[in-house]
Amino acid sequence: MTEQAQAASGSKERAREERREFRSYAWGLGLALGLTLAVFAVVHWHALALPWVYYLIGVLALVQIIVHFRCFLHIGFRQQREDLHLILFSALLLVIMVAGTLWIMASLAHRMVLP
Amino acid sequence: MSGHENFEYPGLNLGSAHPDTHDAAKTTVFGFWVFLMSDAILFGLVFSTYVASVHATAGGPGPRDLYDIRSAFVETLLLLASSFTFGMASLAMKYKHSTARLVGWLLATLLLGACFLGLETHDFLSMIAKGGTPERSGFLSAFFDLVPLHGLHVTGGCIWLVCLLGQLARYGLDSRTKLGILRLALFWHFLDIVWIAIFSVVYLAGLA
Repeated sequence: MTEQAQAASGSKERAREERREFRSYAWGLGLALGLTLAVFAVVHWHALALPWVYYLIGVLALVQIIVHFRCFLHIGFRQQREDLHLILFSALLLVIMVAGTLWIMASLAHRMVLP
Repeated sequence: MSGHENFEYPGLNLGSAHPDTHDAAKTTVFGFWVFLMSDAILFGLVFSTYVASVHATAGGPGPRDLYDIRSAFVETLLLLASSFTFGMASLAMKYKHSTARLVGWLLATLLLGACFLGLETHDFLSMIAKGGTPERSGFLSAFFDLVPLHGLHVTGGCIWLVCLLGQLARYGLDSRTKLGILRLALFWHFLDIVWIAIFSVVYLAGLA
């Protein structure tokens, strides 16, 4: 292959990559918009009974957070090992501390007959 | 093959077209990512404080009296749009489009961020006008700990963005400016994720 042909195929390759990465952002925007609209509609028009609405809000928020990680922050399974370890470790710490705090405080409120 | 490149660091990877910056980014962006994860832990703990004290209204106004779901919804859309425009700015930088295009997307992001902050300030002021001041109850203290903490982060992001625009004007798109834009992009997308949690836990669950 001549140098010119190589440069041409390289720029074609880059254009393909740019389209792929643009689609990632566009998908992220579309999915996040759909999820936000869905959960807002359910809460705004009281479409669901009380305990279930909390579960729906939780699940849709989690899905949207994953969409943002995937499409905007480009975190994938082909990530460097350290990055993924750091994310998983931080998520573990968050779960332990948040769930532990809520458990202890709910138990305290229950035993002390607080609101 | 560049199409099957590994992600070497979180966020958009600049790749082989920016050899110097791409190598420097491996350590710089990873370090910034460590900071973001510790920031996420901080937010998580403030969230648990809020959820633990959401019923502690001490006879004062509660979520139903104070929150405006429509306004929170518009704020969500503003931040989401700003995340997208920042993504477009990152692409303009990576694929070496004109600097004018990069600056245009960055300015759009700044404008959306400023609109978000203006609307949020309006929300806080209308809450305070209804008697929802931070010292009124444990619930309101926790609210004004959590939501304005995110607002402060967005304010910091906007100031950082102005500084980067200054750097662009003074030095052009050199390696340091590119590294700054890469890190601010991560910060901005991260703040959008925190806002989803705030919108869900504070506003939607508070009014469901």
